[in-house]
Amino acid sequence: MNIFQEIPLHNYLFLSAILFCIGVFGVLLRRNAIIIFMSIELMFNAVNLLLVAFSTYYSDSGGQVFVFFIMAVAAAEVSVGLAILVTIYRNLHSVDIDELKSLKW
Amino acid sequence: MQLVYLLILLPLIGFLVNGLFGSKLSKTVSGWLGSLVVLGSFAISTKYFLDFYTGSLAAPIDIKAFEILYFQNISIHFGILVDQLSVLWLMIVTGIGFLIHVYSIGYMHDDENFSRFFAYLNLFIFFMLLLVLGNNLLVTYAGWEGVSLCSYFLVGFWYKNESYSNAGKKAFIVNRVGDLGFLLAMFVLLYYVGSLNFSDLKAEALGGNIPSNVALAAALFLFVGAAAKSAQIPLYTWLPDAMAGPTPVSALIHAATMVTAGIYLVVRTNFLYDLAPEAMQVVAVVGAATALFAATIGIFQNDIKKVLAYSTVSQLGLMFLAVGVGAYTAAVFHVITHAFFKACLFLGSGSVIHALHGEQDIRNMGGLKKWMPITFVTFLISSLAISGIPPFSGFFSKDEILAAAYEHNIGLWLVASLASLFTAFYMFRLVFLTFNTNFRGTEEQQKHLHESPSLITIPLIILAALAVVGGAMGIPEVFGGTHWMKNFLAPVVASGSGAAHAISHSTELMLISIASIAAVVGIAFAYFRFVKGGALPLKDGEEKGLQKVIYNKFYVDEIYNAIIVKPLMTLSSLAYEIFDVLVVDGVVNTLASITYWKGKQIRLLQSGNIGFYLIMMVLGACAILGITIWQL
Repeated sequence: MNIFQEIPLHNYLFLSAILFCIGVFGVLLRRNAIIIFMSIELMFNAVNLLLVAFSTYYSDSGGQVFVFFIMAVAAAEVSVGLAILVTIYRNLHSVDIDELKSLKW
Repeated sequence: MQLVYLLILLPLIGFLVNGLFGSKLSKTVSGWLGSLVVLGSFAISTKYFLDFYTGSLAAPIDIKAFEILYFQNISIHFGILVDQLSVLWLMIVTGIGFLIHVYSIGYMHDDENFSRFFAYLNLFIFFMLLLVLGNNLLVTYAGWEGVSLCSYFLVGFWYKNESYSNAGKKAFIVNRVGDLGFLLAMFVLLYYVGSLNFSDLKAEALGGNIPSNVALAAALFLFVGAAAKSAQIPLYTWLPDAMAGPTPVSALIHAATMVTAGIYLVVRTNFLYDLAPEAMQVVAVVGAATALFAATIGIFQNDIKKVLAYSTVSQLGLMFLAVGVGAYTAAVFHVITHAFFKACLFLGSGSVIHALHGEQDIRNMGGLKKWMPITFVTFLISSLAISGIPPFSGFFSKDEILAAAYEHNIGLWLVASLASLFTAFYMFRLVFLTFNTNFRGTEEQQKHLHESPSLITIPLIILAALAVVGGAMGIPEVFGGTHWMKNFLAPVVASGSGAAHAISHSTELMLISIASIAAVVGIAFAYFRFVKGGALPLKDGEEKGLQKVIYNKFYVDEIYNAIIVKPLMTLSSLAYEIFDVLVVDGVVNTLASITYWKGKQIRLLQSGNIGFYLIMMVLGACAILGITIWQL
């Protein structure tokens, strides 16, 4: 039985939008670089959810394939980002983005 | 057919090898390589010469190789023309070129830029061959520019001395004036005749398809080019200064070959001049005036090479006089004999300078015949030849010119004869002051006096021998000769000028006697003044009156400086200060400082605060989204 007969598509859209907004506000409001990073991941996955939902809705597996690619690339990107964070911590003994002000004119 | 290409390309190969790998070659290798490629060209030239000489090749070789330019209905080819005229020039350029290359091996032996020197010499020979062999004006023009360039390189060869490199620049810039004339002549011919090909032009001219005013314009413009290249009034000032170059360069470029390119050009386009008698009049008058003017200056010069330089200008004037009165053959004849004796004179002076370690002032020489017998004898023979003493080569060629001038206009003949008299005087003034009486240099120089090595003396001997027998090419009918050269060149200059030598044999004999007596008088005067009288040229600054004016070359350089160079410099510096500094630099600098000033303000946005960046990013994304939705 198709899951969309039980949960309609617009619910997925709402969930995705809510997740995305949580991510945006997390990025904007928090000062801890790791939390910002996690918020970005949240935005990522909100988009992924949307892709999967539409993919199932239109019975087109292309969207799901795309999501797998995004996850793979995101995993690689996360490792790079975390490596940068580790380096920042080693230099500043902090991951507070307000401390990171040396990259300017 | 291919041999012609080899003839041109051999010196180019020499140039490339010496120019690119010269620093890795030993002096012996690079010197002999440079000489042997020219010898190769000489061998091929000789083959062509013999072909024409024996008559096995009667029609000129005219090759259209490939197209250089094409627009609308005009197409210009790279082409080669080998005929009686170019073959004679080939013989001079490669033959004397080879001797001077060999001489240079000895002369330049201690120079650190030995291979560079040979590279330039080979490049010069290449361009000179291109000039002579081109079958249209454009190819000739390419060679014409090329020899100018090489002249600039070689005059300023010792570029560390600023006055030498200035002399090089002067030679180049004065020649540019002439090049403009050449260029305009090409435009005129291209516009009105539609071809630059010598054979086409000749056919059109003989067919009467060139209007006389077009021919006049083209001929005059070509003469401007020729006058600059061959150092005629008013563009002669570069040649005496060009003596700053090493002496072999003076012999090769500024006596035997490049400066005669002007004569070549005029003889080559003689069909145009035949259509424009006014242009010929101009050529004759300028030639005669230059001959006398330069000979006058030559009398009071004290630098051994400067005397020879003014003598070259004067002799070139005689050649233009010959061309101007329609005696093309006489001009070519004099070019050839002049190449022999003037190259010999320059190389002889080089031998003297070499022995005296760079001394060029004849006031510090004297008595050198004791130490340098070979140089002395060859120098003496060449001086006799240039003075026109029978039976040396210069006698025949000069008398032919004088006879042609007499026939045309007795005034021109008088001027030319006076120039010849002066020539005999200053040449023997030079000989006596250099080789006779006592040595006037320092003790130190006297100790080192020596005859030059055989690499230097052998070319001298060969050239002196040619200066003796060269006249055999054109023994006039008065002396029972057939004038071989006139018959040889007849296919090239057949038109119009065939009427030369209409004067009777008795008049001709009289003219010859007068010229010979004048030469002897000049020599005798020099002998009594400088050997018997023991007179010496005055020290710098002691000259008075007319002598001072002539010693300072009639102040022509100063006048040119005042009326051309100075105003031009002032104008340039005004243009620099107003237009360059204020307008061009001003606009660019203003733009730059506005950008700098604005950038200074905008860069404050780049605060380094990541939170701020993030907010801006989100706001930006929202704005893009908003605009997109709003537009829907």
